Amino acid sequence: MNSLSDMLGMGGHGIYVWSSYAITLFVLALNVVQPWLARRRLVNEEARRRRREVM
Amino acid sequence: MRQIVWLLFCREWRLAWRRPGDLLNPLVFFALVVSLFPLAVGPEPSMLRAMAPGVIWVAALLATLLSLDGLFRSDYEDGSLEQWVLSPHPLALMVLVKVLHHWMMSGLAMVLLAPLFGLMLALPLSSLPVLALTLLLGTPILSLLGAVGAALTVGLKSGGVLLALLILPLYIPVLILGTGAMDAALQGMPVTGFALWLGCLAVLALTLAPIAIAAGLRIGVSE
Amino acid sequence: MNWSFFHKLGSPKWFYDISGRWLPWFAVAGVALLVVGSIWGLFFAPQDYQQGNSFRIIYIHVPAAFVAQSCYMMLAVAGVVSLVWRMKLADVALKCAAPIGAWMTFVALLTGAIWGKPTWGTYWVWDARLTSMLILLFLYFGIIALGQAISNRETSAKATAVLAIVGTVNIPIIKYSVDWWNTLHQPATFKVTAKPAMPVEMWLPLLLMVLGFYALFTVSLLMRMRLEVLRREQKTRWVRETLEKLS
Repeated sequence: MNSLSDMLGMGGHGIYVWSSYAITLFVLALNVVQPWLARRRLVNEEARRRRREVM
Repeated sequence: MRQIVWLLFCREWRLAWRRPGDLLNPLVFFALVVSLFPLAVGPEPSMLRAMAPGVIWVAALLATLLSLDGLFRSDYEDGSLEQWVLSPHPLALMVLVKVLHHWMMSGLAMVLLAPLFGLMLALPLSSLPVLALTLLLGTPILSLLGAVGAALTVGLKSGGVLLALLILPLYIPVLILGTGAMDAALQGMPVTGFALWLGCLAVLALTLAPIAIAAGLRIGVSE
Repeated sequence: MNWSFFHKLGSPKWFYDISGRWLPWFAVAGVALLVVGSIWGLFFAPQDYQQGNSFRIIYIHVPAAFVAQSCYMMLAVAGVVSLVWRMKLADVALKCAAPIGAWMTFVALLTGAIWGKPTWGTYWVWDARLTSMLILLFLYFGIIALGQAISNRETSAKATAVLAIVGTVNIPIIKYSVDWWNTLHQPATFKVTAKPAMPVEMWLPLLLMVLGFYALFTVSLLMRMRLEVLRREQKTRWVRETLEKLS
């Protein structure tokens, strides 16, 4: 347990290291997820439009 | 070719003198910005002297940018820009004439005005020629680079802020070299290196910027 | 040299098909490289003798800065292709890469600032590297703002192409002037990333992270471009069929 907290604490620098990694992970994920969501929205819109046309 | 340059120059000259307010406004703005700083930070001469190069250069940057916003607008609105694009003469040459004329009306006036403000900001007399020289080399670069932005935003309604956003980052080298030369002059060091660098950038801007301005205008007019 | 691939790139459908085949590979490679690289960098790479563990931020700061800078170069290349060969796909690439580049610059700036706290004792120092990144961020903002301000799609693409080229010509000048300004005003600051010799255990994870960042950048770019292609070609038959299959 002690060794784990040592490893995460990084000799007092843990907060800086982990916050940078967290922010980076967030930004990278955002850049992948956002176009994915936009694509799903486009597909759904198109599907709805087609249904309207059929009716 | 020489004739068209001369004709254009005369046209610009006449247009400018019909609206003298447009000529004066950037200079008044320049003077105003410079005068704001002593009011903001206090009249302490030593502090003013340390800040003077930066203040004058930033004011010159902003004044140039402000005056460039309308550079192509009236020509765009009355359709003469389209004639320029269609004319058989090289567009880059014509915009070069226009920008240089604009520089003579705004940049050159700032060069002449700046030593006065240098005195008011407690700069020593010996550094004033350096101030005028660096501005003389630097302001054409500001006008040329700014004209690229003005050409790219020519058809847009919200041109002003956008122009600043596009062009101010590109002004940074001129700002650094200009204030660097002044700092060197204040410490009694040689300024030839700075002046040569500024001249080098000026030649680069003089040769490359007209091409970019012409490309930008072609895009703007085709819309 | 065989140039047919270059002409095929002009066809949105061809791009959509081929990028769909590449995308999973880039995604898998990117995630794998990033996972391996960060675990290696965080737990197994040795500490820096001066900075201790805070040095591990290098494994994201440097790759982000790399991608941010090369992305701007890519914008200029796409701009040239768009202006010279009028290739629509280059317009799409230009438009889609700019926001990713801005995000990468933002990451590099933020991690640089966070790194600054344990190293310099303050979050922001006007260090040459950080200042250049800040200016790069402004350049990206300019491109994005110009692209959004012009409503006509084609005009907007051409104008941003010109701006990207002008910016790229200026970048070396800005970079050198900022470097020089920094040495003038702050002599001998402690350079963070300029290490004379990094041991292998330190730079190997860095290499993995750089490759991983590039792979993920490609994934994000391809996804955005594919979406943009679908939007632009919405009226065509193949897009309708593709969308039908997807829903």
